[in-house]
Amino acid sequence: MIDNMQLCTFRLGDQHFGVDALKVQELIRNQPMTRVPLAPASVRGLINLRGQIVTAIDLRSRFGLPKLESELEPMNIVIRSDEECVSLLVDQIGDVLSLEPENFEAPPETLDEAMRPFINGAFKLEDRLLLLLNWANVV
Amino acid sequence: MDDTELLREFAVESQEHLADIENQLLTIESQGDAMDVSLVNTVFRAIHSIKGAAGFMGLDTLGGLAHRAEEVLGRLRSHELRPTSVVINTLLRATDRLKELIDEVECSNGQDVSKHIVDLEKILAGELDAEESGSPIIVGGHEIAGNPTTPPNASAKADSSINDILQLCFDCLEQIEHDLSVLDRNSDDRNAVENAFGKLQELNAVADDLGFSQISKIACAGGKLLAGIHTGTFPMDPQISESLGGAIKVLKKTFQAIQADGTEGDEDHQFTVDFLEAVLSVKVPRNSTSPSTTSDKSPPPVKSLAASPAETKRAERSVSVETAPTDQAGSATKEAKTELAKSPSHDSGADTTIRVDVALLDKLMTRVGELVLARNQILQFQSKIEEPGLQKAIQRLNQITSELQEGVMKTRMQPIGNVWTKFPRLVRDLASMCEKQVRIEMEGKETELDKTIIEAIKDPLTHLVRNTVDHGIEKPEVRRKAGKPVEGCLTLRAFHEGGEVNIEIVDDGGGLNFERIKAKALEKGLISSEEAASMPEREIGNLIFLPGFSTAEKVSSVSGRGVGMDVVRTNIEKIGGSVDLQSRTGLGTTIKIKIPLTLAIVPALVVAASGDRYAIPQVNLLELVRLENQIAKPSIEWIQGSPVYRLRGRLLPIVSLRTQLGECSIEEIRRSNSLNIVVLKAEDRQLGLIVDRILDSEEIVVKPLGKHLKNIPLYSGTTIMGDGRVALILDVVGLAHAAKILTKNKDRGATDSATSSELRRANERSLLVFAVGEHGRAALPLDQVTRLEKLSRHLVEQSHHREVIQYRGEIMPLLRLSGHLGQPDGANWSELMDVVVYTHQNRSVGVVVDQILDIAACRFEANTDGNIGSLGSSTPPSIVIDGHVTDVLDLPTLVASALA
Repeated sequence: MIDNMQLCTFRLGDQHFGVDALKVQELIRNQPMTRVPLAPASVRGLINLRGQIVTAIDLRSRFGLPKLESELEPMNIVIRSDEECVSLLVDQIGDVLSLEPENFEAPPETLDEAMRPFINGAFKLEDRLLLLLNWANVV
Repeated sequence: MDDTELLREFAVESQEHLADIENQLLTIESQGDAMDVSLVNTVFRAIHSIKGAAGFMGLDTLGGLAHRAEEVLGRLRSHELRPTSVVINTLLRATDRLKELIDEVECSNGQDVSKHIVDLEKILAGELDAEESGSPIIVGGHEIAGNPTTPPNASAKADSSINDILQLCFDCLEQIEHDLSVLDRNSDDRNAVENAFGKLQELNAVADDLGFSQISKIACAGGKLLAGIHTGTFPMDPQISESLGGAIKVLKKTFQAIQADGTEGDEDHQFTVDFLEAVLSVKVPRNSTSPSTTSDKSPPPVKSLAASPAETKRAERSVSVETAPTDQAGSATKEAKTELAKSPSHDSGADTTIRVDVALLDKLMTRVGELVLARNQILQFQSKIEEPGLQKAIQRLNQITSELQEGVMKTRMQPIGNVWTKFPRLVRDLASMCEKQVRIEMEGKETELDKTIIEAIKDPLTHLVRNTVDHGIEKPEVRRKAGKPVEGCLTLRAFHEGGEVNIEIVDDGGGLNFERIKAKALEKGLISSEEAASMPEREIGNLIFLPGFSTAEKVSSVSGRGVGMDVVRTNIEKIGGSVDLQSRTGLGTTIKIKIPLTLAIVPALVVAASGDRYAIPQVNLLELVRLENQIAKPSIEWIQGSPVYRLRGRLLPIVSLRTQLGECSIEEIRRSNSLNIVVLKAEDRQLGLIVDRILDSEEIVVKPLGKHLKNIPLYSGTTIMGDGRVALILDVVGLAHAAKILTKNKDRGATDSATSSELRRANERSLLVFAVGEHGRAALPLDQVTRLEKLSRHLVEQSHHREVIQYRGEIMPLLRLSGHLGQPDGANWSELMDVVVYTHQNRSVGVVVDQILDIAACRFEANTDGNIGSLGSSTPPSIVIDGHVTDVLDLPTLVASALA
C-alpha cells in the first residue's frame, strides 16, 4: 500500500463503501433479471450483459441489511473475478476516489462479526468513513 | 515479448514439433532397414529445432536431452544405426521425457534426465543395439551424394558444429527477409539495405567455406542487386524485392536440404542466379551513373538458362530493349513460384495458419451470439416499417450474421485426427506388452468436431482402443490356428452422418464370447436366467456396458477392472452421444459411437414454471403428455403421497418442477385441472415432470453456471433466450436425484433389470394388449399407435352412418374393434372409452377397444414369419402373451379394410 488506491465508491443504507476500481468492469443501471430458485438468498438473479451471464449479488442481503425500499432501484457494479463476472447490487454509486494509504486503518474491534470478512478496513475521509470492501470474500 | 511469453511460445511450438514424432518414429521402425530417410530427416529437424531453441533460451537440460536424441537420429540417418525396436523405444522414451520437460518448461532445468541420456549414449556407443541384433551395421565411408566438398566421414561431433553454423545461416536469412519487408514498405531505408547486404555477404562467406557453390552463387548475385541499391545506382522496386525474396526462399530450401542430408540437393539453382542477374542487367543501364562498380564485379558468364540463354545475353548488353528481359524476368518469376509451390516446405503451412487462444474464440462466439439476438430483435421490426431500403439492409444483416455465426462455429472445430495421433503409439506399446501383433488403420481423420467434444471423447476412445487390443485381438498363435493373418487389425473410422459424428472402432479379433458374458451377467445378478435364455446376441454384447461388468479372466495392467465400459458409456452419454456394440464370435467386434457435432449449441425444450422459463435438453426428452379437464385428476394416482401416472401400463413417477424449485408442495397437483407432463429419461429411469406450460423447442447456446450456482444440482447451465433474458438449463439427472428417483447407491437389481428390459425392447416389438369382446385378447404393434386417449362416450356423433368424434379440431372416424372382429361389444359402458389413435397421411382414425390391458414386448420370429405387414384382419396370427392367446393385428391393414 504505497501508491494511492483508486476506489469506486458506493452507498448501502447509510454506510459508504469503496471497492478497488481496477476490479470494476462497469457500472450499469438495474437490469432485467432471471431469478434462480434454490440459490443462496443473496443471489438475486442472472443478468445478460451483452451475451455474458452475470450473477447479481444483493449486497444488502449479503450484509444482513433490510431490503431496499421497493420504489428505489439498485445499481449494478460489475466486478471481474477470475473467469466470471459478478454484479453487486448497491443503493447508489458515488465518485471514484484516489485515496492515500496514510488514511487507512484496520477495521475497528467493534465491527460486527458477520461483517468482518467483507471489510478490509476504513479510509478516514474528512466528512465520513469509507469502508474498503474485501470483494474477494463478497463475490 | 517478455521471457515467460517467449517460453510459452517455445513450449507450444515444441509440442507441435513433437506431436508427429511418435508416429514418424513408429513408421521408421516398421520400415526397418528400408526406412524412408526423408522421414528420419523430418524427425531430426524437429528435434533439432527444439534443441536450437532450448539452447537459445538457456534450457540446458532440455537442450542436452534433445542433443543426444539428435545424435542418435543422425546415426540413423547415415545408416550407421538400424532402427531396431530398442533404438526406437529409447527414442520414444526420450521424446516422452522431452514432452514432460516442455510441459513444465519453467522448471525443466535441473530435472533428472540422466537415465535417458545414458540410454541414448549407450546406443551411440553401440551397446544397446548390440544387445538385440548382434553387431550394428555401420555403413562406413557412405558416400554423400552430389557434394564432394562435404567431409565424407563427418562424425556426429562435426555434424553438430555444422548444425550450429546452419542455424546461424537460417538466422541470417530470417534477418534478410525482415529487412526486405522493411524495404517493401520504405524503399529508402538505407539501414535495411546495408543490413541485408551484410548478412548476404556473411552467408556467401560461410557457403564458400563449406564449399556450397550453389548458395554462394545465389548469394553473390543477390548481393550485387543490393549493392546497386546501396550505391544508389537504381532504386528498390517491387521487381527487385520479389526476385530477392524468391532467392532467399531458394536459399532457405537449400539450407534445409543441407541440414537434412548434408548436400545442397539435386536441384540446379542456376536459373535463380540467372534471374537475379537478368534483373540486375535491366536495372544497371537505366540510370547508371557509375556503372564501373557493378560491371567490375560483373557476373560470371551465364552458362545456361532454361528459357533462352541468347536473350539473356542480349539483355545484358542492350539498353533499349527493356520489355523483353522484363517479360523474361516475369516468366522466370513464375518458374520460381512453381518451383516453390512444388517444394514441400512448411513455409506455406505457416503462412496460412495462425495460433489463436481458445478464450479469444469463445469471446468471439459470445459476441456473435449477441449479434444474433440483436439481429432477431431487428427482424421483429421488419414487418412494422415499410421502407424498402431498410428491408434490404435488414436482409443483408440477416445473411451476414448467419454466415458469421457459421464461420465462428467452424473456428472451434478440430479434426478428430488430433485425438487419434496418440493411438498408434498406444497400440504398439500395448500390443508388445500383451505379446500381440496389431496394426492400426484410420479412416476419416479429417472429420471435424467441436473442441469441447474432442476433449470429452479422448478418454472413452482411449479406453475402447485399449480394450480392443487387450481383449479383442487374439494372440498370434490363436489367430494362426483360426486361419487369420497373424497381425490383427484395428480400424478407427470417423464420418459425418445426419448431423452427428459417427466413430467406429472395428477389430478383426475373436469377437465377444457371448456365453461367458451371459454367465458372468447371471453370476453378478445383472440379468435373470429367463432373460439370459431369450436374449439375442446383440443385447448380450451390450451387457458389457453395465456397471461392474468385466469378464477378463485376469485383471491385467491394461484393462479388466470392471470399471471400464460403463464409464465409457456414461461419458459418451454425458455429451449426448450413444454407444452400440456389434460382435460376431471369431470374426471381430465393432463399436459404434454417435456424438453430436457441438456441445455449445443443443436442441432443447423450453418450459415454464412459476413464471420463469427453463430449458430441458432434448437428449433427455422422451415424450410430452397433456392431461386435460376431468381426466387429469383421476389419471394421477398416489402411492404413499408420491404421485404416479400410468403411461402405457407402466408406472411413471411424477415430479413437479415447481415443487423441486421449492415453490409449492407436491399436493398442489391434486388441485390442477390439466397437467403438462414432460416424460424424461434420467440415466436408466424415466420420470414425468409436471410443468406449467410447454413453450417451444429451440436451439440454445449453452453457457456455464457461475460459481454461486454450481452446487445446485438442478441446473446444468444457462442460456440466453430470444428476447435477451437469461434462462436456466435443467439438469435432468440432477433433478432425478433431487426427487429421489435416482439414488447414489443404486439398488442394482432393479436398475439393471430395467436396463436390460430396455435393452430387450430395443430389439423387440412392443405390443399394446387389449381386451376384445368378453374373453378375447388382441394386440397391436405399439409403434403403429400414434396416441392413446380416453374419450367420453357422450362425444360420439354420427356422420354418413359412421361414428365420428371431434378430436383436436378435426372430425375423427371411429372404428369399434370388437364389432369389426365380429365379437360382441365388451359391454363396458363406462363414461370413458379407450381409443387407439392411428394417424395416416395426416388423417386420424380412432380405434375403440374395450379395455387396454398391458404393453408387452415380444419377438415375432419365434411364432410367426416375422412379417407383421402381411397380417390381415381375417386370420390374424396368434401368439402367447402372459399365458393368454393373443391375436396380433396390423393397424394399417385393419383401418384400410374398415374404412374401404
